Formats: sequence, structure tokens, C-alpha cells
Amino acid sequence: MAIKIEMPKLSDTMEEGVIAKWNISEGDKIEAGDVIAEVETDKATMEVEAFDPGTVLKILVDEGDAVPLGGIMAIVGEEGEDISDLLKEAESANGESSSEEKSDTGNSDNEKKKESSDKKEFDPILEGVDSGNGKEKESTQAEDQADDDGRIKASPLARKMAEDKGIKLSAVDGSGPEGRIIKRDIENYKPAEAKKEGTVQVPSFASEEDEEIKISQMRKVIARRLSESKFNNPHFYETIDIDMERAINARAALNEISDVKISFNDIVVKASAMALRKHPEINSSWLGDTIRKHGDVNVAVAVAIDEGLMTPVLNHTDKKTLQQISTETRELAGLARDRKLQPEQMEGSTFTISNLGMFGIEEFTAIINPPNACILAVGAIRDVPVVKNGEVVPGKRMKVTLSSDHRIVDGAKAAQFLNTLRTMIENPLAMML
Amino acid sequence: MAELQFREAIRDAMDEEMARDEKVFLMGEEVSEYNGAYKVSEGLLDKYGFKRVIDTPISELGFAGIGVGAAMNGLRPIVEFMTFNFAVLAADQIINHASKARYMLGGQLNTPIVFRGPNASAGQLGATHSVAYDSMYAQFPGLSVIYPSEPDDAKGLLKSAIRNDDAVLFMESEQMYGLKGEVSDEEDYIIPIGKGKIKREGDDVTVVATGKMYHIAKQAANELAKDGVEMEIIDPRTIKPLDIELIVESVKKTNRCVVVDESHPFGGLASEVGFLIQREAFDYLDAPVRRVTLPDVNAPFSKPLFDLWLPGAKNVIDAVNAVTYRN
Repeated sequence: MAIKIEMPKLSDTMEEGVIAKWNISEGDKIEAGDVIAEVETDKATMEVEAFDPGTVLKILVDEGDAVPLGGIMAIVGEEGEDISDLLKEAESANGESSSEEKSDTGNSDNEKKKESSDKKEFDPILEGVDSGNGKEKESTQAEDQADDDGRIKASPLARKMAEDKGIKLSAVDGSGPEGRIIKRDIENYKPAEAKKEGTVQVPSFASEEDEEIKISQMRKVIARRLSESKFNNPHFYETIDIDMERAINARAALNEISDVKISFNDIVVKASAMALRKHPEINSSWLGDTIRKHGDVNVAVAVAIDEGLMTPVLNHTDKKTLQQISTETRELAGLARDRKLQPEQMEGSTFTISNLGMFGIEEFTAIINPPNACILAVGAIRDVPVVKNGEVVPGKRMKVTLSSDHRIVDGAKAAQFLNTLRTMIENPLAMML
Repeated sequence: MAELQFREAIRDAMDEEMARDEKVFLMGEEVSEYNGAYKVSEGLLDKYGFKRVIDTPISELGFAGIGVGAAMNGLRPIVEFMTFNFAVLAADQIINHASKARYMLGGQLNTPIVFRGPNASAGQLGATHSVAYDSMYAQFPGLSVIYPSEPDDAKGLLKSAIRNDDAVLFMESEQMYGLKGEVSDEEDYIIPIGKGKIKREGDDVTVVATGKMYHIAKQAANELAKDGVEMEIIDPRTIKPLDIELIVESVKKTNRCVVVDESHPFGGLASEVGFLIQREAFDYLDAPVRRVTLPDVNAPFSKPLFDLWLPGAKNVIDAVNAVTYRN
């Protein structure tokens, strides 16, 4: 039966031995009492004798390598014997330490050993009051000091006070020996006094306290859904500038006869819904295996509320009149602000519109509201100089930006949709067709 | 409260403990018939007889050994040395036996023994009679070292020492035996070993001082108070175990520390306190810890040299001025 030759304890204090020399090779026949190796311990180089006769089947450690006490150095047995079990055992026993040691160069290896044996001597149990903890603290303190701003001398207290107050030590004059900055220098420090010729004094400000806010349920949902959308859906953006001249006139005319006030947003919603009907690929959802072109056009409108934002849905938007859209949008927005929207009033959207025009935002890009394929970001109507018939004249323009999920919609399709949308808004009568 | 001399406070403590526990006995040179070289044991022979108040030959190693043996066998000896300078002869019994017997015998017995007597210098007595041994004995595991500065501390702590199940070195001073102070007349007045005391409150600097040095620190405090510098004096009372928490708390308030230590500078109470403060209160220090100690020189006999050699209030004031950046 094969037997392991383990690292023997050759001195009272050794924890590992380094193979200085092998006197045997694999395949050699050995007798009990043969000197098979020389091992360096922490004290001396010692000879290791074989206890049993046999054939050297495997040498597991190279010369120069360290083996922990009891670690397997070699395997001896009868020629041709199966030693796979022993090899496995040797691997798991020696594995960690030997691979670690091998990766190091000889020199640092020795250093490392020295360090670890040093540590042993300062066993925390024997060390009494001076616990290991204290040691760690000391070393970090030393590092802190070294990390600090070079050669400025300051007492530890002054350093800490300066840090707490946000005062740069370099701006403080030290009144202690050799210019050491001490407590009273920090206490008496006034930024204005520290002025130096030809330089602008940058005042230091005490930092105000941060506030940790608990994340509301709504914020969690927004964070999760929009992160998913932005990170998973390959967004691309197309912006188109729309002439609002006629839309403005049409709105004025409509509002003269309408019971409810029609807003530009209502016009954009209506025009988008009609354009979606003509471009069903925009009115779609990515389902993983398939793309669903929705039968209905249900436009969601982003409503800002104090705690975040909600997207109530106008069902069958394309079939509704401007008056209906206006009334319903106002109702839903009111419910949203009062946090009274029912879940079903926020479900089933096929497209979303986000309008920041009222804040004077010229244009922006929005993150797609899943499972929509696209979202329209609506900017403000601006007074701009436009060129008409070769002359510069005052004009009204509004930019809209479509964010599209490239898995569903390609650039040209999005452009076609935007062109239809522009035509609708620039020619409000087209919506009646 | 009663006003007692230091020697009376020590005697009262021994008297009370001898009355309380018949295992307690006193022995040493001249303690019995002569009533003590410094009259500390005055009256104890009359009260407790020769069996419990025992005169010994001038043989410190011998009677210290008898004491350790008695302690191992269940008695509670108080061994008086005429001075700890003579106890050097008994060091084998103190260091190798009293401090280690329980440890080496796996807790099979205790050594409830008190070695007491005057410590350190007491004027022009020459180099071999002027050594402070408190820091040296504090080096050894298994020994507690007490060095009180006032009669009240002496009484409460000596009673604790006599009741302690391990060896205690209780340090006194020839120069303090006549010192008077208020002593609590609380019945069975006990001060636990290892508890320091804030003896003077102040915001400007923490001064650690015990034994005779406490009185030096107090003089310095009175002088400095005239200049508006308020010293906080902490008397650890016990050198070991040391009440470092109390000191660190004070340093966190004052940001500066001076240790007044009657030993030579190397590896004494002052260096230990200084080390512990830099470890525990590093960020609170506005100046390096200073110490006032004997120089690394044996005690001179000559009066002018002796006065230079022994720390005085002036040295403390200089150290306080340095750590408070005055001058």
C-alpha cells in the first residue's frame, strides 16, 4: 500500500519546512533509514529519513518550495500502484498554501514568512493590554498622517478640527513650535485674515448636513421600470421642428366655440393618435418572441405630481374628439395629483406623451414607458425667426423628440411617423380627414 | 470625616482588617515591640499580640518567603519592608513566587499577601536608598501596585489590598507618613484597586500624578491657577491595573497631558500612560504628551544635586507651559 511522506517536525518551533534538496527521484527504490531529502527549518537544515522501504511513486514538491508541517512531500509504494486518492488528498491539503507561495518570488516569499512568524511572537493573548486592535489603529493612523498634505505640521487635534470645519491646513498659520498648527490656530482662524498677496481667497464653507430620504413605493417603481427600459431597450432619438402658426390659429378658433378649453397638448395628443393609426409599427410592444401591433391606440400622458410622476391612459384616443380628450385628460390629471387614479386607469397604454413645454423646455429626450415602443417628448412653442420666401420673418416653432426602441422601430419608420405627426399639427384640418 | 496622618490611616486599615479576619497578620523589621520604624504599627502588638504582630530579623528574603508560604497556606500576611529599597533582596520571593505561584500551579492556591513600605527617595539617603520601584513591579503580571498620595486613599486601598487574593505591592513614603488629610469615617471604607480619581478639575491640561508626585503637581496647579491655567489632576492611585479610561476621558476634554512620575524615564508609568494616550486619544491631542520624571541618573547625595534631580513643581509648570504652548 502506498504511503505519504509528510513534512516532519524537525524543530520545536517550525511551522513549515523548505525542501533544500531531494536525494531521490521518482522511480527510485529506497530503504528505511535512507536520507531522502534535506529540509530547511526555521533553525537549521535537517536530513529527512524514509521510515518505510518502497519505490518513489511521486514527488509533490520542488526543491526550494515550502511545505507546511504535515504537508505531503512525496508518495512511496509499490511500482504501478494506483495513488490517485493520495494525490487528490495531497492536492487539497497542500493546495492553497503551495499555490500561493509559488506565485511569489523567492525574496518576498521569505519576507512573508518572516512577517507571519513575527506576528506569532506578538500573540494577542500574551500581549496583555496592548491588544491586536491597538496595533491596527496605530498603523492606520500612521498612514493617515503620511497621506495628509505633505509637510504641514499640525497637532492631531488641530488636523481633526480643521477637517471637521472644512478649513484647509495650508491656509492656517501655525503658532506652535516650528510653525505647528494647534487648536487655538484653528479656533482663531478667519478665512479673510488668511489672505495672501496676489491670490484670491477661496472661502471654505462648512458642509451642510445631508438628508437621507426613505424611498417611496412610487419612486421604487419609477426607478425599476425606467432603469429596465433605459438599460434594456436600445433607445434612439429623432427630433423634428414643427411650425405651430396654424395650430395656434386653429386652437384660438376652436376655443371660441368649444365648451372646454382645448390646449396645445390636446392637439398634440390627438394628432399623435391619428398618426399612430397610420403607423401601427410605432403603436407596438416588444414581447420577447413576438412584436404586438396593438389594435387600439391608447395614449398615456405623463403627469408630474409632487412625489413623482404618473401616466394615466386615454383609451381609444384616436377615436375621441379634442373636447373629449381635453376633458378626460384634465380629469385624469386631477385624479393623478390627488393620488386617486385606479390601476386600470394607468394600464393598457400603447404610446406615451411627455410635455415639458409649459416649463419653457425647448427639447428633451424621454425614456420609453414600457411596454411602449416609443415616447414623444414635447417642447415649448418658441418665437423664432424663420425664412419665408427668402425673407426672415417671425415664426412659431415647437420641437418634438421621439424616443424609439430600436428592437421594434427603425430610424426611417420613426421619421415617417414624425412627418405624419408634423403634417397633422401643421394642418389641423388634416385631422378631420 | 476625621483628620488623620497618613501613618494613622494605614494603621487603621490594618487594625480593621486584623479585627475582621484573624488570618491577617503583620510582620517585618521592628513592627512589633518598637511599634514600627515609622510608628505605622503603633499599638497593634498590644491589641493582637506577638502571634499576629511579628518582629523579623534583618533578612528580607527570609521573611518575604515566610510570608509567601503563609499566604499559600491560607493566611493573609502583611509584610512590611522598612523601605522598598531593601525589598530588592526579597525580589525573588515577590517576582518569582508571589506573582507566579497561582499561575504556575494552575490555580490550585492563591497568594493573598501585601508587601508594604515606603518607596522611592526621602531626601539625602544616597543612590541605593532612593529608588522608586512602582513602575518596575508593575512590569510583572500577577502583581498589583498601589501608590496612594493621601491618607484617605491609603486607608481604602490598603483594606482592598489585604482582601485581594493575589499579591499586592503597597507603596508609601517616609516623607508622607506625617501628612494629614481627611479620611472617610464610613464603616468598612473600601476603595477598589484600579480606580483613579480626579483630584482637581480643570480644562487646560490633564496632569497624571500619584504618590509623592501628586503633591508636587498640586503645588504646580496652585501656581498656574494664578495665571489662569487650570490643571486637571488625575491620581490613578493604582499603578497597575491602571485606570487609563479615566485619563483618556480627561485628555479628550483638555487635549493635553503631562505625566509626573517619580521613576527614571525608561519604561515607567509615564511612558505607559503616554503610549496609551497616543493610541486611545490620538485625534484629541493638541500637543505631544510630556512627562516629568527623574533623570536617567542615580540619586545624588549632595543636597544641591539632589534638589536638581528630584522633580519639583517648577518642572511640572514648565511641562504644562510647553503642552499649552504658553511662553
